[in-house]
Amino acid sequence: MRLAFPLVASALLFSLGVFGVLARRNAVLVLMSVELMLNGVNINLVAFDAWWADALHAGQVLTLFVITIAAAEVGVGLAIVLLVFRNRGTSDLDDLGLLDERTESVGESAEPEAAR
Amino acid sequence: MNGVELAFVLLGAVAVGSGVLVVTTTRVVHAALWLAVSLGAVAGLFLLLTAELMAWVQVLIYVGAVVVLVLFALMLTRAPIGPVPGAPVARVVLAGAIAAATAAVLVGGGLTAMGSEEIDLEAIDVGTGRAIGAALFTAWVLPFEVLSVLLLAALVGAIVLSRGRGREDRS
Repeated sequence: MRLAFPLVASALLFSLGVFGVLARRNAVLVLMSVELMLNGVNINLVAFDAWWADALHAGQVLTLFVITIAAAEVGVGLAIVLLVFRNRGTSDLDDLGLLDERTESVGESAEPEAAR
Repeated sequence: MNGVELAFVLLGAVAVGSGVLVVTTTRVVHAALWLAVSLGAVAGLFLLLTAELMAWVQVLIYVGAVVVLVLFALMLTRAPIGPVPGAPVARVVLAGAIAAATAAVLVGGGLTAMGSEEIDLEAIDVGTGRAIGAALFTAWVLPFEVLSVLLLAALVGAIVLSRGRGREDRS
């Protein structure tokens, strides 16, 4: 099989993930786009493992590690998103401006602090 | 183009097509379900590249666990069922331009450097559970153990985060 097919598939999946991370507003959808990017990388790792005919299976073992780290990342990430939603009432990234310098978003997010 | 390449192109088209729907659909729950389709097609691509164990791990962890976790997160953040307004047009155009540039660089660079290479599917050691397990527990055992500690830490962190502030919060 030609190596070009997995290369193109992984590049397209990675670019779709880049688009999703940049264009989406919901934090959960951004995390899903990150998963797409990681899957593009995984296809590349498996393809080069097969191309190299690696006796140690470095590519596939690294794919396993990437999948594990992605599971850890999505677990912690979703917990953070849930916590932000509980504190601020939104998971829209455009409304989360606590570290932003615009004063109106700081004023909004300071309100739950005072109510506590 | 032989049969394996044809199957690869078809499954790759499914993966990329449903990936497009993941990042463009206006209904967030549909995006999560299309993500399951895309990740399942990637598992098929792993099978065609002789990574047998990786395909099953992909189905179990991604399609089984991650997508369910994402659906729960959508439910708990009260994501709207109906269509949601998208991002501003200027940002979508900018993101599309950046993504297109990324795709052009990656596809162009990959094809220029490696486009004429062939994968010899007959010669390679199929990535069965036995082969991957032997590699994992001989050459890769230290990173494997470190990774298990990392997974435990992430699990504890997620539980601590989602428990809230503890006793004084409830009183």
